[in-house]
Amino acid sequence: MITRKVRKWEKLPGKNTFCCDGRVMMARQKGVFYLTLFLIVGTCSLFFAFECPYLAVHLSPAIPVFAALLFLFVIAMLLRTSFSDPGVLPRALPEEATFIEMEIEAANGNVPAGQRPPPRIRNVQINNQIVKLKYCYTCKIFRPPRASHCSICDNCVDRFDHHCPWVGNCVGKRNYRYFYMFTLSLSLLTIYIFTFDIVHVSTVLEVLVCFFTLWSVVGLTGFHTYLISLNQTTNEDIKGSWSGKNRVQNPYSHKNIFKNCCEVLCGPAFPSVLDRRGLMQEDSPASSTSAAPSSSSSSNPMSQTMKTTAPLIPNEHTPDDAKPSIAASAEKSDSPKEEDPPTPQPWVALIKLI
Amino acid sequence: MCFSSKTAQFHNLQELRHSASLVTKVFVQRDYSEGTVCRFQTKFPSELDNRIERTLLEETVKTLNSYYVEAEKIGGQSYLEGCLACATAYIVFLCMETRYEKVLKKISGYIKEQNEKIYAPRGLLLTDPTDRGMRVTETRDECKSVTQRQGRSSSRHSDFLCVFVLFCSFTPVTELSK
Repeated sequence: MITRKVRKWEKLPGKNTFCCDGRVMMARQKGVFYLTLFLIVGTCSLFFAFECPYLAVHLSPAIPVFAALLFLFVIAMLLRTSFSDPGVLPRALPEEATFIEMEIEAANGNVPAGQRPPPRIRNVQINNQIVKLKYCYTCKIFRPPRASHCSICDNCVDRFDHHCPWVGNCVGKRNYRYFYMFTLSLSLLTIYIFTFDIVHVSTVLEVLVCFFTLWSVVGLTGFHTYLISLNQTTNEDIKGSWSGKNRVQNPYSHKNIFKNCCEVLCGPAFPSVLDRRGLMQEDSPASSTSAAPSSSSSSNPMSQTMKTTAPLIPNEHTPDDAKPSIAASAEKSDSPKEEDPPTPQPWVALIKLI
Repeated sequence: MCFSSKTAQFHNLQELRHSASLVTKVFVQRDYSEGTVCRFQTKFPSELDNRIERTLLEETVKTLNSYYVEAEKIGGQSYLEGCLACATAYIVFLCMETRYEKVLKKISGYIKEQNEKIYAPRGLLLTDPTDRGMRVTETRDECKSVTQRQGRSSSRHSDFLCVFVLFCSFTPVTELSK
């Protein structure tokens, strides 16, 4: 048995891809993200190449300088959103999973044969409202409030907003503010470029891209500004968690737009709990040519690197909850999914958005 | 948080951490009554009745909760940090430690100190909730110390005094490993 040290990201379950030795974390499908990068960089390149010389000479040299700064900010926000851990919750280790399973069995009591066991839900009271915590059969945990399981990345994400194919990552607690700053700055950049394109039309392609981008990105920014002011996530808004007469009121809202905005945008920067770059030991079987006898410690069932399946818990699918419907709006909106079969191609999500 | 108790003698905390053992884990869950802020339940697990005084564990959990409140406090300092970071396109986060990370380090030190002074003498080991995704704290009880070295992945949770006190983000489950 050869023991070698590996980084923890190499053994993380889920469908993420990692780059730069675990420093970068993205979804598996990155095609649409490359398209986003291409559109932004391409359009801005046309602007800087064809518009800016005219604008610098006839209007002001500050115009291209400001555009360049804004462009760099947009790229920084995009990369920050795409490359960071959105707030993935690590799966339960076997002991924790067993402990939770035992608690569930104790709570359910004896279920008569042939009857379905009751759904695995835990009620907690948050600010005098009853909130239901659902059990995640994949991660073997009761999801914290506002967390949801992304079927594309196969992870539970804290304060899950949606999975965004345009940034190639989930948007959750840790990267929501970067995502918002990205859409906001991209809106400003698009408006800025479009305005000067109208003033001096040099490339029709640029005008067209800006025109269509304007409607979608500005609309998306407006939508997220609305969500932030109410301290809601896209997931909650689409599922209608806090709307309707008989529904629980949003227990996370401070009932004050300014306070809600401050909490979402100026709250603490939460560190990742995944420890992607930590080292761990991995036992691999010795090669056949090795002379040393291998002491057989079999693939450790306690190994947290394997896809965790606790021995007591069968792999069940969650009941079909009200699946979120795609937001019917002209703007670009991303499709939040919960426990749906993973989308095999990014183009499927793209088609759904149009 | 996990508490684990160990009957065999140990020399230092490091040995305790690295010894494989039959551990029982007790988990302390998170308390969501005040929202999604990281907070653990102060309810005393019955499994630890004859292992540790109630007040000691409650004191530990209360102190941890106060650390998390400090980390997640939204006030002048967090606004300043947020605005400065935004102005630099969050590049400053690549260079400096955030307030939250600083508090997590303090918590780590506190848990280590608590383990050395209070829990290890009683054969228990408290796990840092960060190692459990802030879902739970576990207390581990190491029934026998064995020097055989297991894979790091398994010793990880055995080392932790799982008191899963899920801090902040998750469901607080504190594991106590006995």
